[in-house]
Amino acid sequence: MANPARYWREIPQRYRLEAARCASCGEISFPPRLVCPQCRSRKFESVTLREEGKILAYTVTRVGPSQFADQTPYAVGVVELDDGVRIMTQIVDCDFDKLAAGQRVRIEFRRIQKQGDAGILCYGYKCVPM
Amino acid sequence: MRDVAIIGVGLNKKWGELWNVSLRDLFVEAALNAVDDAGVDHLDSMYVGCMTSGLFVGQEHLGSLMADYLGANPIPATRVESACASGGAAFRQGFIEVASGISDYVLVGGVEKMTDVGGDEATYALSAAADMEYEAYHGVTFPGLYALMARVHMERFGTTCKQLAQVAVKNHKHGALNPEAQYPFEVTVEDVLGSVMVADPLHILDCSPITDGAAAVVLCPLDTARRIAKKPVVRVLASAQASGTIALHSRKDLASIESTSQAATKAYRAAGIGPRDIQVAEVHDCFTIAEIMVLEALGFVETGKGGQAAESGMTALGGRIPVNTSGGLKAKGHPVGATGVAQVIEITRQLRGDAGPRQVKDARIGLTQNMGGTGGSSVVHILGAA
Repeated sequence: MANPARYWREIPQRYRLEAARCASCGEISFPPRLVCPQCRSRKFESVTLREEGKILAYTVTRVGPSQFADQTPYAVGVVELDDGVRIMTQIVDCDFDKLAAGQRVRIEFRRIQKQGDAGILCYGYKCVPM
Repeated sequence: MRDVAIIGVGLNKKWGELWNVSLRDLFVEAALNAVDDAGVDHLDSMYVGCMTSGLFVGQEHLGSLMADYLGANPIPATRVESACASGGAAFRQGFIEVASGISDYVLVGGVEKMTDVGGDEATYALSAAADMEYEAYHGVTFPGLYALMARVHMERFGTTCKQLAQVAVKNHKHGALNPEAQYPFEVTVEDVLGSVMVADPLHILDCSPITDGAAAVVLCPLDTARRIAKKPVVRVLASAQASGTIALHSRKDLASIESTSQAATKAYRAAGIGPRDIQVAEVHDCFTIAEIMVLEALGFVETGKGGQAAESGMTALGGRIPVNTSGGLKAKGHPVGATGVAQVIEITRQLRGDAGPRQVKDARIGLTQNMGGTGGSSVVHILGAA
């Protein structure tokens, strides 16, 4: 079942990595929020995420949902970008045996999933080892 | 605020893949068993814990549905949702309604009907407990999220795959003594480590199953219970709840469950006791690593030492603090919305002296811990023999 509006709402984040930095304490929220989770301020500035970072933890998904059938098995994990923001992301173009926590990675724009045979194609960020 | 007692408990006959039993029949069967166990002929209010009847069977408005089919119209009936903590959160709401004096007899039930859909849809439905747009969208599944927590815990503290497997082995050993369990049989460490790898390092036997089931309890004021109860009275000594971030990557520490620590601290303070006073516990072993981290969050063991608990026998029947004598989510089953209520039932039976071969000798104080998602919500209750 296609969900176009639900998908396009997130395009500024998924395609352009648009985030929000709290004007009071500097904490960066991704996706942007209305209230800073650190200091509860409601004033933000638009920023873009740094595109490089390191793997904090990863796992290889061997049994996955059907939208990812053509990608399984795939590595997915938490990456901490150089601005301190953490994201959940697939880690691709890599040999699973060579992955490690601490490894440097770089964000690339990739196809994430497709919603069924007649659904929309969904894009976003994935990470590749540097 | 009044003291609150549990005077009736009941589950549907057996948990498992129950293709012939509908959502409403599961709930009503459990509720009638609880009402009969309580010996009451009247309810003032009811709560229905259920994570997502909408995604599994397309049904919402469960308060109305269940009150109707229980023959309890027109009492107020409310659905409570907190992902996998729906049952525990519903119990807390029922407790608050009695404690506040608003109602005398409150039924709290939990239910989940999961097997009408295939594995794929079930996985999708369960992933709704995570951040759909920033976690599930990227292909991380629930086993994947807990696998990430396991990796960090293993790297930092040296927890091993074998220690994870021993949680499953222990819980199956307990579950084999439970005729209501989905999987009432034992498994070995080799069975667990040799089973299909779902998301490194979690194998399928490190994961709780998909289950149809329901559980219900009847609450009333303690004074009333002392007058009318047919079975030994169990009292709610504390009820506490805390929220954590929805997304795992937003947590400060990937290897600990802060919402459980926070709820536990409040509960211990309210009951005037500490972790050492707990004699039996039911905790949320959605994955083997979850039980290990929860033991640390509850203060049953020091941070980092959770992996040794099942391995050493500390948390087995006969050990220092038996955990998941029912078989836990792993062996008993995990019909999501029912789990939190079933945990309360197991502890109630322990405190009544009614747990048969699973009985912890002289148990007088027990604890339940129910959690949603990767710790986005945690509910802790402390119960005592009254």
